[in-house]
Amino acid sequence: MKHCLVVDESRVIRKVVCHLLEEMKFYAEEAAESVSALETCRAQMPDVVLVNLGDAGNMELVRALRRSKADKRPVIIGTMTEHDVGHIREALSAGADEYVLKPFDRDALKEKFTVTGLM
Amino acid sequence: MNAADFSYLADLLKRRAGFHLSPNKTHLATSRLGPVARRYGFRKTDELFAELRDAPEDLARAVTDAMMINESSFFRDKSCFDHFRGVILPSLLSARAASRRLRIWCAAASTGQEAYSLAMILDEAKIAKEWRIDLVASDISSIAIARAIEGRYSQYEVQRGLPAHTLVRYFAQDGDQWRISERIRRMVVFRNFNLLDSYGWLGAIDVIFCRNAFLYFEPLAKRACLKAFSQVLADDGYLALGASETMEGASTAFISDDASVRGVYRKARPALRPIALAS
Repeated sequence: MKHCLVVDESRVIRKVVCHLLEEMKFYAEEAAESVSALETCRAQMPDVVLVNLGDAGNMELVRALRRSKADKRPVIIGTMTEHDVGHIREALSAGADEYVLKPFDRDALKEKFTVTGLM
Repeated sequence: MNAADFSYLADLLKRRAGFHLSPNKTHLATSRLGPVARRYGFRKTDELFAELRDAPEDLARAVTDAMMINESSFFRDKSCFDHFRGVILPSLLSARAASRRLRIWCAAASTGQEAYSLAMILDEAKIAKEWRIDLVASDISSIAIARAIEGRYSQYEVQRGLPAHTLVRYFAQDGDQWRISERIRRMVVFRNFNLLDSYGWLGAIDVIFCRNAFLYFEPLAKRACLKAFSQVLADDGYLALGASETMEGASTAFISDDASVRGVYRKARPALRPIALAS
């Protein structure tokens, strides 16, 4: 079973996304912000981190995860509300593998998981 | 739409495009043909059908065009494109090392995503300087081909199948749309072509992509196309169909290239002639 961490300040979004992931047979964990997200990753590095790049500190979370010396390199997918090439470029250069536009559904997630080799 | 008009339409599509219109598609036909009727100044589709029976070529063409399924996405069925990148391309680059020429044909290119996916893979292979690569893409729908040439895609279309790195590398954002770079657009020659017509213009081909078109074909039309494909395809060439399409009952000229990659075929070797042993 693959392990996914959802990082988003909105409790509602975390619940909805975790539910989607569980339906897709993922083990889903959640964090409201980057500090607790990083702690979760230190305890056990997930296979994939789905992180809202609109929240303060989360771009830095992506950079910190890429600096991490952990054996496992998680797939990082940034979630964003605006489809903007500058923002996508920034996310990729911080170390994200993919992005997905909010709001997203199961098909959009599946698409991104396939592109990154998770499914 | 009445039953007579629907059956006339089904017959027209079969004759013109080898297209099988299943009987439960009345709703689709009504919604697709409404805009065509309006464009030609008819108030209702039955007026369009009255005119269509006099068989004016441009109207029949517009009706056929409007009924085609133009579903496509970048790198659709990732494994097929991975196979192209990892197996087909290296094998042909080695087999054609002397001529340094490669000819690839997207036979049902729709709005261009598939041809551009191949063009991006070829660009990443960095062979353009030393090789002459022909990437030809055709489709029966002139509307689809016009869109393909334009190379503009919606947010939804670029969100499907296209890796983020590839998006930022090869596309420029233009308002709500994304346009593929001129360099990639210039790699592909698009053409309006019906697979039931003569292939004389095409020449010999090393790789044919014809994915998910035969899903809608009449069995005989599919057989005729596969026969024509086997004639234009080089003996060591490859044919990629859609992942859910098979050769069963349609052709014995092709064999599966790799059982783990659905839809990719090579030409079957001709049976060896028995050798007469000297007595």
